[in-house]
Amino acid sequence: MKKLILNLLTISLAAAALNFSLAQEINIEKPGLFAQKPIPVALDGFSGEAAEVLKFDLFVQGFSFVSPDAAQYLIHGSDAGGVTGSVTDKFAHKMILSRSYNGASLRRQAHAFADDIVKATTSLKAIGQTKIAFKSQAPGGNGEIYVADFDGFGAQPVTSDATIVARPAWVPGRMALYYTSYARSNPDIFYHSLSSGQRRVIAGYSGLNTSAAVSPDGAKVAMILSKSGSPNVWICNADGSNLKRLTTGLEDSSPCWSPDGSWICFATKKAERRRLAKISAGGGEVQYLNTTGAANPTEPDWSPDGKWIAFTRMAGDFDICVMPADGSMAPVVLVAGQNPSWSPNSRTLVFNHGSNGHQTLSVLDVFTKQYKDCRRATGSNSQPAWAR
Amino acid sequence: MKMNKLIFPLVIALAATMAATGCRKGTPKVTQIPGHNQPIVGDTGNTPTLPPGGQLPGGETPTPLPGAGITTPVGGGPLPENWRPEDMNQNREKLAAYTVHFKFDSAVVQDKEQANIASVGQDLTANANEFLLIEGHCDERGTEEYNRALGERRALALREALVKIGIAPMRIRTESFGKDKPADPGHDEAAWAKNRRGEFIVCTPK
Repeated sequence: MKKLILNLLTISLAAAALNFSLAQEINIEKPGLFAQKPIPVALDGFSGEAAEVLKFDLFVQGFSFVSPDAAQYLIHGSDAGGVTGSVTDKFAHKMILSRSYNGASLRRQAHAFADDIVKATTSLKAIGQTKIAFKSQAPGGNGEIYVADFDGFGAQPVTSDATIVARPAWVPGRMALYYTSYARSNPDIFYHSLSSGQRRVIAGYSGLNTSAAVSPDGAKVAMILSKSGSPNVWICNADGSNLKRLTTGLEDSSPCWSPDGSWICFATKKAERRRLAKISAGGGEVQYLNTTGAANPTEPDWSPDGKWIAFTRMAGDFDICVMPADGSMAPVVLVAGQNPSWSPNSRTLVFNHGSNGHQTLSVLDVFTKQYKDCRRATGSNSQPAWAR
Repeated sequence: MKMNKLIFPLVIALAATMAATGCRKGTPKVTQIPGHNQPIVGDTGNTPTLPPGGQLPGGETPTPLPGAGITTPVGGGPLPENWRPEDMNQNREKLAAYTVHFKFDSAVVQDKEQANIASVGQDLTANANEFLLIEGHCDERGTEEYNRALGERRALALREALVKIGIAPMRIRTESFGKDKPADPGHDEAAWAKNRRGEFIVCTPK
C-alpha cells in the first residue's frame, strides 16, 4: 500500500512537471529571440547509431549536452535489442517519459525516442521522422532529385535522367513532388508521384518553367514562367490546367505560399533593386516587404505557423535570414547558407552551405542558431525542401 | 481498512493514469514503429519514361500584358510554342564568335555588344530557314534560382535586341542555365566575366 501511495505521488508530480515544461513553451514574440540558450541535457546509456541519432535530433532542436550536474533533463536508456529510454526532469525531480520502441530499425526507434523527448520537454511537434527532398549535382552540372530522412540518411534518387534538375517541392501531406528538369532539353516542371513512379509535365512552355511551389491544400501550383517575355509568377491547378499570370515585373523568382493559401511571397526587382514582395494568390497589387538591413533578398519561405519568412541574403556570400511575416521586426541574419526551407513545426530550417560545387545540407534550430550538417549524398547537395 | 476504502477509487484512477503516461518503472510503454524501412520511392528499378511533349492541359492563352500597345514588348514579346530546338539540327559553332557578355548582375546588353547582335541578325536575315536558340548563363555569385531567372532575362534581352533590328520574334527561343553550365570553372573575376553570357545556337529543320 505504501508503494501505491508513493506511485500516486510520483504520478501527480510527473503531471506537475509536464505542466511546468508546457508553461516553458518558448514565447517567440520576445526580443532577443534568436540568441536563446539551448536546453541542457545529460545523455547516457546509448551507443553507436542510436546515440548518434539522439545527439543529432536533439542538437538541431535546441538541446545541448552537458554533465548530469549541469543538466535540466537526464536522458537515460539503452539500445541493446531495441531503444528503451527515460527522461527525468531534475528541477521537478520526476521522470516525465519512459518508453521502449519496437520494429522498423534501431535508427527509426531512436528518432521516435528523440521525438518523444522533444514533445515531453518543449511541447513542440517533433520532426525526427520527417523527410526532405533535394538536388544532387555532379561537377558537369547534371544532377538528380533525391529524397531522404531529414538528417540526410536513407537518400534515394527520384530521377535518373542525367540532366540538370532544380527546386523540388513537396505536395503537402503526400508522397509526391514537383521539380524542374531539363530532360526534354528545356527547363520544364514535372509532377512525380513517389509511390507509383509515374510523372508528367505540368508546365513545359517555351522559355523558363521553374520553381514550383504547391499551395497548402495541394490544389494549386505557383511557379516562374517566361512564356510572355519575362520571368514572372504564374499559377495553375495541380495538373497544370487553368494557367494564370500573377505578376508582370521584369524579373521574378522563387515563389512560396503563406500557410493560409492567400498570399504568394516571391523575389523580384524594383528600380533595379532586389526586393521581396507578396501578392494575393487571386491576383492584385504587389506589396513590397521591408527587408532593411538584409541586402539582395531572395528565396523566401513562409513558416507553416504563418509567423516567419526565412530567406537568403546575397552579399558576396549567402546568409540565411529570418523576419516576422508581418514586418514588425527587422530581418535577423542567422548563419551562412542559402535555400532555407521550414520544418513542419516552424522552429527548424534545412538549408545548404559551402563552396560552389560542394554544397552540403544542414539543419538549423532557428532560435538557438545551432546547426549540424546532414549526411551527404553523392555530388553537391542543394535546394532542400522539407516535407510538411 | 478505512484507508483501503479511501484508496480504492484512487487505484483505479492510478491504473488509468499509468496506462496513459507509462511512468511505471521497469515496464515502460512500448511504441511500435510501423514498416521496415521500405523505400519510399516506388518502382526504383523501373525508370520512368519521359512524357511526350506537345499539347499541355488548357489555359495556355497568355493573359495580355498590362500596358498593351507599348512598342517593344519585354523580351521581344511572347515566346514561340510552335517549334522546339531538340526537334532540329543544332549548330553551336556557326555563331559562337558572337557570344555576348554581361556586367555583374545585369541583363542590359552593353553598347560594345551591338556588333555581335548585328552579326547574328545578318546571319538570320540571310538564312530564312534558320531558327535561333539563345542560351542565358550567369556567374556563380547569385543563388541557383535567382540566376535561373537572371539567365533567362539575359537571353530575353538579346532576343529583344534582335527583334529591334528586324528579326521575327517567333524565330527565337530562349533557355536559361543559370550557373549550371559555366564556360570557365574558375572562381575569380576572369572566369566570372566569361560565364556571364548569352550564346547563339542556330537551329535548322531536319
